[in-house]
Amino acid sequence: MSMTIAEKILARKSGRDRVRPGDIVTVDVDTTILFDNNFIPTNWREILKVRDPDRIVVVLDHRVPAPNAMAAGAHVTARAFVQKFGIKRVHDVGYDQGISHQIVADLGYGIPGTVLICSDSHTCSAGVFNCLARGVGGPDVFYSAIKGETWFRCGETVRYELTGALPKAVTTKDAFLQIAGKYGAHPTLNVEYGGPGIANLSINARKTLTTMSAELSAEFATFEPDEVLVEWVRSRSTREFEPVYPDAEAQYLARREVDLATLEPLVAYPDTVVQNSKPVKEAAGVKIQQAYIGSCANGTLDDLELAAEVVSGRRVAPSVRFIVTPASQHVYRQALKSGAIERLADAGAMIAPPTCGACGGGHMGVIGRDEICITATTRNFKGRMGDPSSKVFMGSPATVAASALTGYITDPREFLH
Amino acid sequence: MPEKKEAHAVKLTGRIWKFGDNINTDLILPNVAFYLTPEEQLKYVFRANRPGWVDLVRPGDILIGGKNFGMGSSRPAARNLKNLGLACLVAESINGLFYRNCVNFAFPAMECAGIEGLLAEGETAEVDFESGIVGNLTTGEARTGKTIPPQLLKIVAAGGIFSLLEQEGAIAAKSA
Repeated sequence: MSMTIAEKILARKSGRDRVRPGDIVTVDVDTTILFDNNFIPTNWREILKVRDPDRIVVVLDHRVPAPNAMAAGAHVTARAFVQKFGIKRVHDVGYDQGISHQIVADLGYGIPGTVLICSDSHTCSAGVFNCLARGVGGPDVFYSAIKGETWFRCGETVRYELTGALPKAVTTKDAFLQIAGKYGAHPTLNVEYGGPGIANLSINARKTLTTMSAELSAEFATFEPDEVLVEWVRSRSTREFEPVYPDAEAQYLARREVDLATLEPLVAYPDTVVQNSKPVKEAAGVKIQQAYIGSCANGTLDDLELAAEVVSGRRVAPSVRFIVTPASQHVYRQALKSGAIERLADAGAMIAPPTCGACGGGHMGVIGRDEICITATTRNFKGRMGDPSSKVFMGSPATVAASALTGYITDPREFLH
Repeated sequence: MPEKKEAHAVKLTGRIWKFGDNINTDLILPNVAFYLTPEEQLKYVFRANRPGWVDLVRPGDILIGGKNFGMGSSRPAARNLKNLGLACLVAESINGLFYRNCVNFAFPAMECAGIEGLLAEGETAEVDFESGIVGNLTTGEARTGKTIPPQLLKIVAAGGIFSLLEQEGAIAAKSA
């Protein structure tokens, strides 16, 4: 009866003894997150009843602060919804605002062993908390908010065994680019991260891996729990929980080792992050107009501090727009206190408010005709950040910051020794 | 609005269009079209990768995809394919999140290994959602794909999640 982490949580939440790849199960949903795109007129349908308002979270993140009257209108609809049902966990413009996946981390909404859904594809981010989390369709969150359940299809699982520790100037974004470059897409599959190397990674660093697993087209991404994870959740939530470990005899489609110590800075070339990674030194010299750090993948305090370390005491190239977007107001305040914001701004970075913003081509740094951006965000599809003719290279916050300084794609090891 | 086919019609026949591997949802519903009405969004479908195609597609046509069709964002891109009047999607493989939205919006979709080699652009396919058999009416060859699982067929048969919730009185009827 051996199971992977995802299979165990699927079994627990569907009331079964075991769940196998291929099974379709109905599960109890602990946390349903709605965000501003759900409230856009073409997506919104007025909800007349909800199962339990305390299981619902509402976050305004994709278009914040509202860039136009249409976005503002969606926010008005969202506020009426939370008022109507007395929803308490609401993250509107202000103290507790941020990108939903970062708020899940900041406030301990990702509870080990539970199910969390949202109709943003990067919801698998919360898998870092040993949580069964995934992006679903917009209508799925309506269904879940109303009925408290949803369906999942269980896929086979690929296990990534992390070993060693990352060298200076190399991050889990590079680890992701290594996996995406070498192994390609993982459609219909779950990914599970574990191994002795996770002890050398902060929660923020681990979260980049689970968030980016959406780009592998994985179904669920989960992290094996450890004391660091348990402590993170305990210090932010009063909820009781039971972490889920994989069984020793769990069946994996593949077990693959990633030795963090052997990695180097990588970039994904434009249009896809899958099977498109190369060492930064091969892309060195590509001229850029914009450098961007942010999103649910790379807007944490770790990311901002790393970028600040690269640019500290230096100036951004005059030809480059360097935009840094903390993933939440909480992260923003942390980075103010740590001095990271000051060092970034002194170097010439513009600090944008927490929002999904330009990562999805929304606002706050959209790029124009034929422009090239190097970004530490989630995705680099053709035209993703703006004009269809623009190009997006994907790298770590260190690589983006180093490139901002020179105006060309640059290996961060030139600045971090 | 194009005429809507019955969501769970069992056998569908139509002219096919091929789109290859890794078609993402940004291509079907780009960010610039988010605030437009569902009807207005249609002219942006595949604008970045196949400009002009929306003027050529006719109601009842069938979309043939390669691997991992619908990768990326969870945006309601399946709704646009349905509203274009496409009869269904058949692909080598369909992204898990996109498949959910096909179910959610009652747009019939089938995974069928070997589909790309079975059909050439412009040929006519017959797709049987009961048996899973996809036939090329020009060559007479066929492949067998995966039918919609019974648990999900209930949602598709109801016309999608919003229709289901509306029938149950859980969401308000759509205003005209």
